[in-house]
Amino acid sequence: MPKTLVKVGMASCGVAAGAEPVYKKLTEMLKDRDDVEVKKVGCIGFCYLEPLVEIEKGSSRITYGKVDEAIAEEIVETHIGHGETIKKYVVLNNSDEAPENPRLENQVRIVLRNSGLIDPENIDEYIEREGYKGLEKALKEMSPMDVIKEVLDSGLRGRGGAGFPTGLKWKFAHMAKSDMKYFVCNADEGDPGAFMDRSVLEGDPHSIIEGMAIGGYAIGASEGIIYCRAEYPLAIKHLNTALEQAREKELLGDNIMGTDFCFDIHIKEGAGAFVCGEETAMIASIEGKRGMPRPRPPFPANKGVFGKPTNINNVETLANIPWIITNGASAFNRYGIGRSRGTKVFALAGKVNKGGLAEVPMGMPLRDVIFELAGGIPNNKKFKAVQLGGPSGGCLPEALLDTPVDYESINATGAIMGSGGMVIMDETTCIVDVAKFFLSFVQKESCGKCPFCRIGTKRMLEILERISRGEGKMEDLDLLEELAYQIKDGSLCGLGQTAPNPVLTTLKYFREEYETHIQDKKCPAKVCTSLIKYSIDPEKCIGCTKCARNCPVNAISGEIKKAHVIDDSICVRCGKCIEVCPVNAVSVE
Amino acid sequence: MTSSPAKGIENMSKRLDPIIEKYRGKKGVTIPLLADVQKELGYVAEEAVGYLAEKADIPAAELFGVATFYAMFRMQPEGKYVVRVCRGTACHVQGSALIGDQIQRHFKIKDGETTSDGIFTLQYVACLGCCSLAPVLMVGDEVYGRLTPDKAVSILESYRDK
Ligand SMILES: Cc1cc2nc3c(=O)[nH]c(=O)nc-3n(C[C@H](O)[C@H](O)[C@H](O)COP(=O)(O)O)c2cc1C
Ligand code: FES
Repeated sequence: MPKTLVKVGMASCGVAAGAEPVYKKLTEMLKDRDDVEVKKVGCIGFCYLEPLVEIEKGSSRITYGKVDEAIAEEIVETHIGHGETIKKYVVLNNSDEAPENPRLENQVRIVLRNSGLIDPENIDEYIEREGYKGLEKALKEMSPMDVIKEVLDSGLRGRGGAGFPTGLKWKFAHMAKSDMKYFVCNADEGDPGAFMDRSVLEGDPHSIIEGMAIGGYAIGASEGIIYCRAEYPLAIKHLNTALEQAREKELLGDNIMGTDFCFDIHIKEGAGAFVCGEETAMIASIEGKRGMPRPRPPFPANKGVFGKPTNINNVETLANIPWIITNGASAFNRYGIGRSRGTKVFALAGKVNKGGLAEVPMGMPLRDVIFELAGGIPNNKKFKAVQLGGPSGGCLPEALLDTPVDYESINATGAIMGSGGMVIMDETTCIVDVAKFFLSFVQKESCGKCPFCRIGTKRMLEILERISRGEGKMEDLDLLEELAYQIKDGSLCGLGQTAPNPVLTTLKYFREEYETHIQDKKCPAKVCTSLIKYSIDPEKCIGCTKCARNCPVNAISGEIKKAHVIDDSICVRCGKCIEVCPVNAVSVE
Repeated sequence: MTSSPAKGIENMSKRLDPIIEKYRGKKGVTIPLLADVQKELGYVAEEAVGYLAEKADIPAAELFGVATFYAMFRMQPEGKYVVRVCRGTACHVQGSALIGDQIQRHFKIKDGETTSDGIFTLQYVACLGCCSLAPVLMVGDEVYGRLTPDKAVSILESYRDK
């Protein structure tokens, strides 16, 4: 009899959705069954259905979604006990129809090949799925230049934002002459709204370690550093376990796999600064200094960490590497269009039905990503914009949804591919508010070195604040544009050079909404608090007092069974009264 | 070398010397050194910086420079639980501002402040990486998602008795 495996998704998203008690319940109920094993696995990207529990027996794999303790009990009794599938909770089924099967079938999973399937704290499960095969092949059958050529031929470009060809970057670092070189993994994932890297770090840490070891071999590095943000405690825990296990198996350390290659990796925890995701700032931070960028050249490939040649790659970039070496460049560049080869993982969030991760071949139209994979917009609301590339990116409207996701096409719109964060917005999102949000982010995160970035973003933010208060002038829009271009030209690093992008793209595609704020002093999405007013329709109000009791600031008064009124000078526009009113008497204008 | 007498902090040398020794002679250690000090003391106390500067032979200006640059370091003591309210993009469009507002009102603290009973410190952060469960907050190392303002407050209240 094959063993039954019960896999509980225990990445941060699963835990946040309540996987911990489910796991406890399952282990408790099944502790006496020798033929059943309960395991923790990473995230398979179906975050909207967390907590997820997969039952694997022989070749059958059935996944249940939104599992709570009661459902867990039912699964143990009915599915594991009597071998009956509980159809109403099934979301994925590898041998039969299930509601979410198409979402998986539309994907090509290279980076996410193991996420959610294996126990990230058990190296044997990684090895069973071709893990460390790529490293073995590289060390035993290929020269460093062969490895570089394979990566060049694959067409892989950096997934951290800039899209620089990875093979070429490796070649520069390889050519640099030095007694000591560093290979750094950028796991800072600072772009708010992006979580692809977290998912890989938590769910498949060995793929990063293997990717780094292969890269280290290619460029001639002996030391690897993973710069991981401290906001990801689970990722750091899994990385540490994985490093330990890799060392035990002599996949890290001296004379790896009996060859001359020596390489070890340690973790540097970030300390909470977005700018440290930028290469030269990261190097300063690794050296223990304030994370301020510096001009390039010299490039890190020549002068990086402690002045030694250094190669920096993003997590997702590195997760591709073992697969490319094992399966060959042509298996990889079969996917994609133009100069964008392979796949891209997108983090889907915001106003969508199916938030989570999806890995698709480059070139899929945005529309398919948003409406097929992300399941469209909830509550019958209308799509308004998709934000790509985080604070360096832009907001694209409906009219551009046929744009294929590849570096060149996205850049042509004024947004950037960035790291792959996609935040989807509907008609209830105010574009001016979003622009303001991003500017306040970069304004806070600017390291302060370049005056344009430091002060220019502040001035832009003030203008946007003015507009959202209804005090804007039409000339402000020109001023915003002028400042935007000056900041782009006058900044040293990518942070300042791209900081104005969210404003520029929204001005380009949603100018009307700015104009409505300025000329009509109205916020069409009803978000900007100075431009909206809550009121109670005395005709509809039944005087139930619910709103008054629930108002967090006591802005509502009125006698029982009589119409209530809102004191606008106290109201904080939190929307609680709308939520609780049984007769829809509260409205926003 | 004279050992500087600890002022407000008790047993400074006993508490900090092992940390200083751990990093002595290593390169690029300012950040982990300060992080360990913060772990030990709960914050990067000004007097601790003076002590470190002398004992570890790192200029105080460099230590202060690093401590004030990174969001992770606090120069003030913090509460028993650090509450990180995500103000990232996904959480923003899902109404995280209202969550933060409600917590501020309910616990009478602002971003960066600690409740008068010393239990909660509120911090606004940008993205906790659980965007698909937005809006999200973190109490200590625990992440909570799919919040409403009321749910957020009741989760925090449940920590009071822990
Ligand atoms: C302000 C700023 C923040 C960045 N943040 C990140 C980040 O969080 N993660 C990342 O991988 N790359 C980030 N980058 C891009 C890196 O500088 C660099 O291009 C990347 O790590 C290179 O790896 P790749 O070639 O594999 O993409 C950032 C760049 C800038 C300018
Ligand atoms: S935006 Fe809040 S968790 Fe990412």
